[in-house]
Amino acid sequence: MANAYARRSALQHFGLTAAAAKGDVAGADLLIGEAAHRTIVNIRGDGGDAFKAAVRSVTGAELPVTPNTTAAAGDFRILWLGPTEWWVVSANVDSAKLADDLRQAFNGQHAAVIDVSESRTVINVSGPSARDVLARGCSLDLHPRVFGPGQCAQTGLTKANILLDQVSDNPSYDIYILKSFADYLWQWFWLVGRDFKFAIRAH
Amino acid sequence: MSAQKNRVATGGRIDRSKPVRFSFDGKTYYGYQGDNLASALLANGVTLVGRSFKYHRPRGIVTAGPEEPNALVEIGTGAYREPNTRAPQVELYDGLVTQSQNRWPSLDFDIGAVNSVMSRFIPSGFYYKTFKWPKDGWLFYEKFIRRAAGLGTGSTETDPDRYDKVYGHCDVMVVGGGPAGLAAALAAGRAGARVVLADEQSELGGSLLSERDRTIDGKPVNEWVEAAKAELAGMPEVRVLTRTTAFAYLDANMLSLVERLTDHIGPTATGPRQRLWRIRAKEVILATGAIERPLVYSDNDRPGCMLASAARIYVNRYGTTPGQRVVIMTNNDTAYQTALDLTAAGVSVAAVVDLRANPTGGLPQAARAKGIEIIDNSAITQVKGNKQVREVEVQSLTSDATGVVGSARHIYCDTVLSSGGWQPTVHLHSQTRAKVVWDDGIQAFIPGPIMPGQNNRSISSARGVFGLDAALKEGHQAGAEAAAKFGFSNVTGNAPSAEAEPESQPLRSVWIVPSNVPVGQGGKHFVDYQNDVTAGDVKLAHREGYLSVEHLKRYTTMGMATDQGKTSNVNALAIMAGLKNVSIPEVGTTTFRPPYTPVTFGVFAGPDKGDYLDPIRKTALHSWHTDHGAPFECVGQWHRAWYYPKSGESMHDAVNREVKATRDSVGIFDASTLGKIDIQGPDAAWFLNMVYTNAWTKLEPGKCRYGFMCGEDGMVFDDGVTSRISENHFHMTTTTGGAPRVLSWLEEWHQCEWPDKQVYFTSVTEQWAVIALNGPNARKVLEKVVEGIDISEEAFPFMTWRDCKVAGVKTRIFRISFTGALSFELNIPPSYALQVWRALMDAGEEFNITPYGTEAMHVLRAEKGFVIVGQETDGTMTPQDLGFEWIIGKAKPDFIGRRSHLRSDTKRTDRKHLVGLLTENPTEVLPEGAQVVEHVKDKPPMTMIGHVTSSYWSPNAGRSIAMAVIKDGRNRMGQTVYLPYEGKVVAAKISKPTFLEDGAPANG
Amino acid sequence: MLLISCPYCGPRDEHEFAYGHEAHIARPTLEQQQTMSDAEWADYLFMRKNPKGVHFERWVHSRGCRQWFNVARHTVTHEIVKVYKMGEPAPKLEQK
Ligand SMILES: [Zn+2]
Repeated sequence: MANAYARRSALQHFGLTAAAAKGDVAGADLLIGEAAHRTIVNIRGDGGDAFKAAVRSVTGAELPVTPNTTAAAGDFRILWLGPTEWWVVSANVDSAKLADDLRQAFNGQHAAVIDVSESRTVINVSGPSARDVLARGCSLDLHPRVFGPGQCAQTGLTKANILLDQVSDNPSYDIYILKSFADYLWQWFWLVGRDFKFAIRAH
Repeated sequence: MSAQKNRVATGGRIDRSKPVRFSFDGKTYYGYQGDNLASALLANGVTLVGRSFKYHRPRGIVTAGPEEPNALVEIGTGAYREPNTRAPQVELYDGLVTQSQNRWPSLDFDIGAVNSVMSRFIPSGFYYKTFKWPKDGWLFYEKFIRRAAGLGTGSTETDPDRYDKVYGHCDVMVVGGGPAGLAAALAAGRAGARVVLADEQSELGGSLLSERDRTIDGKPVNEWVEAAKAELAGMPEVRVLTRTTAFAYLDANMLSLVERLTDHIGPTATGPRQRLWRIRAKEVILATGAIERPLVYSDNDRPGCMLASAARIYVNRYGTTPGQRVVIMTNNDTAYQTALDLTAAGVSVAAVVDLRANPTGGLPQAARAKGIEIIDNSAITQVKGNKQVREVEVQSLTSDATGVVGSARHIYCDTVLSSGGWQPTVHLHSQTRAKVVWDDGIQAFIPGPIMPGQNNRSISSARGVFGLDAALKEGHQAGAEAAAKFGFSNVTGNAPSAEAEPESQPLRSVWIVPSNVPVGQGGKHFVDYQNDVTAGDVKLAHREGYLSVEHLKRYTTMGMATDQGKTSNVNALAIMAGLKNVSIPEVGTTTFRPPYTPVTFGVFAGPDKGDYLDPIRKTALHSWHTDHGAPFECVGQWHRAWYYPKSGESMHDAVNREVKATRDSVGIFDASTLGKIDIQGPDAAWFLNMVYTNAWTKLEPGKCRYGFMCGEDGMVFDDGVTSRISENHFHMTTTTGGAPRVLSWLEEWHQCEWPDKQVYFTSVTEQWAVIALNGPNARKVLEKVVEGIDISEEAFPFMTWRDCKVAGVKTRIFRISFTGALSFELNIPPSYALQVWRALMDAGEEFNITPYGTEAMHVLRAEKGFVIVGQETDGTMTPQDLGFEWIIGKAKPDFIGRRSHLRSDTKRTDRKHLVGLLTENPTEVLPEGAQVVEHVKDKPPMTMIGHVTSSYWSPNAGRSIAMAVIKDGRNRMGQTVYLPYEGKVVAAKISKPTFLEDGAPANG
Repeated sequence: MLLISCPYCGPRDEHEFAYGHEAHIARPTLEQQQTMSDAEWADYLFMRKNPKGVHFERWVHSRGCRQWFNVARHTVTHEIVKVYKMGEPAPKLEQK
């Protein structure tokens, strides 16, 4: 009986794969898509040397201690969320394994590891109009002089809370959103996107 | 084209080769591309455009800008109709439909005009004085007064337009695209700063658009503007917003602006109609210019009375004259430029009446040289004509200018222009809460010191420094300085320059231009056109003791119309100052508040309307509920399945079926919205001891416990079950609505009060979807799909949890129950929730497994007397009040709320207690919120001793059940109380708040 | 809309924050709780300053880093005079 049905992403019911096949990706100035099932492991600790060393031993990346910055190495990306809180995210490492590895690495420290992969999905927004579209609902200044790759921020996008991670300067943004808000946010992009040339991109 | 009788032959920025058809009050007219509604009406000789608010007097166009008090029109039809639009701000487009307002049955013949004849009897405060008795009378009178007064009517249909909303950021925000603003934007832009330049008009240039023959840097001003526009357009970090009004200056340099995207095209346009900009600037340059003041003279509201500067704009920019024969009255030199420009355009200027003696400035001299007659030391004392100025009378002033002498000279004319000096547009400065200060030199308010944190500077005429060269120099300097503050100090190019202004003489303040009878007795000296406030009204207010500006405003309604008194405030203050014999600033100033001009509601909503007004949060099982016909109940932002009607079933039927099936066999429920918080650290148990009223230290890993959270005031604010995962690790659940509040509460106590405690809190509400299986057959269903654990009562008892697999999916099951029935709460990764739900439905088919919604959940829990925080509690109930004395940790030295439980008031034994209510008639279902009384009287008031908190029909109890909080309730068991509502009285007996006699024990 | 400088994240719009209450109200110790009168306890619970001037407040960056911190804010001008981390003492300010 196990796995009789496929694992479902938060936005699967919109038929994104089929829509992506039909869209004019080349002619679009705004591309949106769901990067589903991302591994997200929340880690809590003091950010001190032992904590950093543990994170480095598992991910190979240096823990970003400057607020609202990110670090990346290999399969992993680390996002600063707060002075005692980070996310280790990965597109292809199993979340349970990553959580276990981190727990072992933190052994003996006052640290916490919480798998939150299932709580969020990722909406990726990219293209020349990405900043203009995000400005419809996000009060952060995303001008390249102010915000660029290597920076992330928890903030609001329209009436939802998001974590915004600029992943490239073309520009491309990963927007982490609680799954319960995913429908709302996705449809909001459709609503404000109609004044742009936008297409759905498969991820 | 029908004759545009006031159109001059050449000149202006209109395109005479492109006629534009429009209608006003049902009649078709033609204007030209580039016209606005006011200029087109004037060109067609339409001078009567509205009726005044109170007296219904005929009114014409007074200004050429946003300050227009009279020419307010309805534009569009049907769902597109919009009232109170200022005609000079309506760009003409083909097919534009417009209507005058405040007239009935027609503009030409208006019944309300009788008010004008009766005006002696409707002075200021008339409505307040007359209609406030009897006490309830206003509700009756108001309908009639409002209709008779009515300033236009908006559409009652849904707004068919859509609106856009966007945030913006810049180093330098320049408000106003006149010479000063353009120079500022150019300087800051050339330095490389991020600049936004906003102007409310359709094109940049401001006052330069209505100059006739001035030059900048040796070029005609038009050429300079075009070059500036092109240069700004080529700067990637400069954004130019035209047709954009900065209407609010909010905290910390945030400005709200409305950009009118398609208003100049009309309903045929595509895309959003308007856009709301919220721009956070580092520095703001206010180059907002100045507004001319009218003079306050007798019958100064006759159609044909206009500001001198407005006439200049109409003739120079729009190629139309307000009339054929013009008399100008002024107290300063600037009106002479209008006289010169009208003359140059071929319009007859009969005379300039100067309130000053012997004006010898450069412009008066130039006027004299052109043969324009100047009547000095004189005033217009009468304006004749009803729907159009016909004639004026001019008399000489007495030496103190409070009266006139000599015989009157009659001058035939159709237009009277006046200039009473210039008031800098200080609105945005004032909106920052900064003060304005009186400047004796220009007899106007200028910006005072700026507020801390509001980095702005007013420049040029916005700060009372007039002249083109000054505007260019100040603009350039301001732009360069502002940019340099943010590291952009490399300004290229010099400040543009213009020839010097002609020498001028100071203005003469004559705040009420006298006539040959005392003010208030002859013609009306209007101060505030839009609200029909006269100099006589100001005198009356003074006589009746309303002396401060705030009283004056409220008593006379001066400055409180949609124009916020842009043309009237200073005149009114000055008149009051004269009456009190004090200086103008001693009377006070007015504080301008947003919006600068009215803004439509739609643009504030933007796309956030309908389903997008508030986010709809959906669980992982939402699509299943939708597919099975469930309506949804809103719980905060969550949409939760309410019930699942089968075909033909009412809600009542469906809920009864769901409740019965769950109690008799097995029900399945989506409980995913429950708040969940992961708590880890060596001090986790210590922390739980502090935030819950009961003790947690001894709870073993693998077990669950129910708890109440209280505020420090001792009142219940959340509840839930918390489970120990391991020694230093707990999983807390909260109410659906309380989840964010509880997490924030825990963080606040940790971060602020006990930062040395080692514990971390993380929300995991959405990491788990929750499926609750309830009912005597729940175990039999689960047995078929569970792997890895023994779920017998012995191996998996009540109030414990286990990890396992269900339908192949990693699951954590909690043996907790919110129905009192045998229950398993399955926590599943949301991406597999649908798979598990379907597997359980399949497995439960033989047991008639029944999905139930939130309504059935409410009934099921009420049957067992389980409380819902926020329903049985309202912030005034302690756990003890709810009957949970046992949940207070007596041995614990401290927890949040404990000290409050020791207060004499919370210790009282006769507080309101949670009890049950059994109606005498078992089929009577009480309404929630119904008031409980001990002794019934014929009619209210009666002493209320409590109210119903929850009430349902219970199919399992076979009767109605209710919970209530009643004063001293636990000591009234068995007592009959009464609930008067909806014209009847229902009797009910107080009982324990549990209604099923062990039908299905929780641990069965 | 205020611009509040989170001590961690820097300046952000007001909508990212939630106001808590007046800052620097210490919870009475257990010993104090045992000796204080009901009236004194009520004073701790309910009585708050409402100055026309600088007010010391506790805010949380609720849509951001979830950190609580203190804000000295002028209630008339809305000027944020100082932002400082939890645990730091209230700044001495000349009254404006
Ligand atoms: Zn922060």
